[in-house]
Amino acid sequence: MAAQIFSAIFVIIVGVGGCVAYFWGANKLLDLIFPSRGVTGTAAINNLRRQGLVRPWLFVGPALIILTIYLIYPVIETLRLSFLDRSGSSFVGLANYQWAFGDQDFRNSILNNVLWLAVVPAACTFLGLIIAVLTDKIWWGTIAKSLIFLPLAISFVGASVIWKFIYEYRGEGQVQIGLFNAIIQHFGGQPQVWISLPFWNNFFLMIILIWIQTGFAMVILSSALRGIPEETLEAAVIDGANPFQIFWKIMVPQIWGTIAVVWTTITILVLKVFDIVLTMTNGQWNSQVLANLMFDWMFRGGGDFGRGATIAIIIMIAVIPIMIWNIRQANRETGGH
Amino acid sequence: MAVTTGKSLPSRLGVHIAVLIFVVIWTIPTLGILVSSLRDKDQIIASGWWNSFASSSQTGAGRLPAASAQTQKDGKYVIQGNLFTDGAARDISAFGVKAAAPTQYTAGSTADLGDGVSLQVNADGSFVLSSLKAFEGDRGQRVYFASSAPPKFTTENYKNVLLSEGIGRSFMNSLTVTIPATIIPILIAAFAAYALAWMRFPGRALLIAVIIGLLVVPLQMSLIPLLKLYNGVGTFFGVPSKTYLGIWLAHTGFGLPFAIYLLRSYIAGLPREIMESARIDGASDFEIFVKIVLPLSFPVLASFAIFQFLWVWNDLLVAMVFLGTEADQIVLTAKLNALLGSRGGNWEILTTSAFVTIIVPLIVFFSLQRYFVRGLLAGSVKGG
Repeated sequence: MAAQIFSAIFVIIVGVGGCVAYFWGANKLLDLIFPSRGVTGTAAINNLRRQGLVRPWLFVGPALIILTIYLIYPVIETLRLSFLDRSGSSFVGLANYQWAFGDQDFRNSILNNVLWLAVVPAACTFLGLIIAVLTDKIWWGTIAKSLIFLPLAISFVGASVIWKFIYEYRGEGQVQIGLFNAIIQHFGGQPQVWISLPFWNNFFLMIILIWIQTGFAMVILSSALRGIPEETLEAAVIDGANPFQIFWKIMVPQIWGTIAVVWTTITILVLKVFDIVLTMTNGQWNSQVLANLMFDWMFRGGGDFGRGATIAIIIMIAVIPIMIWNIRQANRETGGH
Repeated sequence: MAVTTGKSLPSRLGVHIAVLIFVVIWTIPTLGILVSSLRDKDQIIASGWWNSFASSSQTGAGRLPAASAQTQKDGKYVIQGNLFTDGAARDISAFGVKAAAPTQYTAGSTADLGDGVSLQVNADGSFVLSSLKAFEGDRGQRVYFASSAPPKFTTENYKNVLLSEGIGRSFMNSLTVTIPATIIPILIAAFAAYALAWMRFPGRALLIAVIIGLLVVPLQMSLIPLLKLYNGVGTFFGVPSKTYLGIWLAHTGFGLPFAIYLLRSYIAGLPREIMESARIDGASDFEIFVKIVLPLSFPVLASFAIFQFLWVWNDLLVAMVFLGTEADQIVLTAKLNALLGSRGGNWEILTTSAFVTIIVPLIVFFSLQRYFVRGLLAGSVKGG
């Protein structure tokens, strides 16, 4: 373990030192090759121009190399692998895609993903918005927001343990130590093994993600609400609008753009949700989702890379519309820069 | 924002109550594992954690020693002992010998079990089973009892998971993964962000678009090719394919798009005049970056560092693909996931381990919340 700590410290020093050395050294080298000081006239101007051509690539170079290896190349390679067999050695055409759409597990995962997509972003945004509006009106709103925001710092695995404890089921006649079943029993209901109830278990898993992500929606929306001009709200009050009208007809339309951002951010997160399903049910009892199915195929029986890649591509296809929207949005904003 | 509606007392009270309900719902789950992690392990299964300050009552069952333990006393055959072998302080209120009537006799009384056999169980768990005839057989008498124990809190669970369940080691592994994976991307991203914000070169707009596109590419797209690549590199050089170096680089790669995006939008917003006057004074881009941009960007660097730290610390997927599951590599999240499988019912272990895994993010989060929120706003509102 001492060796491990030592190697971690070593890597920090080498990593940071290496970066500094690279950037400093590369810039020094550039100044040596194309000196702009000490030479005069056109030579200096030419060298400055050449420096200007090369230097940006020295700055973005390391990032570009890492991005290429870790994201750009894999995206292309995954697409290629999705047309190959399990070991990636022979071309099988669309066989993996045909398999996917005929496979019961896969179709079930798609259905569950659609369910997640329909419920989680909507619930987080709605709850986040309500809490943002309410906490803005009270003196202890900041503390309240902090506490609701807190689960965002907790890992999905940690959150899963937390909620598994809440859903914990004990046989009939025993003391229920899970909060949920205890409450149900207290009111005369029938305790259940909630996470193994097909169909409904999806919702019990979704609650975990909603619990984590509502704080995110709340913070972003709360800041957008603060941006609404006070005069607009005052005018509405003077015109005799009631709180509900103000909320739905003034506030919500004003922050529509932010709501869209929150919604899409959570949508992408939902498409990638993996840890919660893995730790709660591992896809049993019809709770499978695409990301966990993909992980499953990556390692099942030594790994079927063709099918795994195919599932990854299908997740990617779902993300593409949001990706295009983001790029357009960003282009519009940086257009003037 | 001062909303001037809802001034009436009932509606103001309504807002307070509504927020309170939200806060309670959002806090109680975490409180549950914190309280449970500090409880005695027998009490965790005996009563809900919300009752942890009350004496917990539970019905238990035990088997008395078999015939071989009998002694002869005053012409009777007697088996003596205590139901509680662990010496814990508990209070038996009633006992019985049938599962259907576990509390048939009050503690201290003598129960007539027929055939001249009688059983006395006292509040402290001591019992006397006596018979006129010799006991036979190798299975002792089954006894049911209702007992209560005073609330008992302990740090024993923490000692247990940290030292014997391997959580302590995993904690070190998580730190080993997280700290380099947080620091390395910062400088690389900062240089790239400066170039993308303040330098003119062909392909810049395309690069920015690619980075914004990569921001949302699911991690799943990278896993299989990188796994193959790592395995290939490992075989080629004859080194293990699952190494800390591998995961540091992987987290650096996955964190870069967000880092560049976040830093670029901040650095682009720095005042143009400062840059230009420095340039007129003869400063090179490198000097401008080191002497002006880096110091001014401290808040956004802090924001990114917190994000990356939380994301790497909380990550399960990347760790499961790129690190092994042996004690010297398994990180906290993966360990917790493994414990869920192997220790499914041992809530004292699970709740304690879960709390150990979330304590670091919570501390980081509470002490640096300002930077975290700022990064969150800059990262999602501006470009989206």
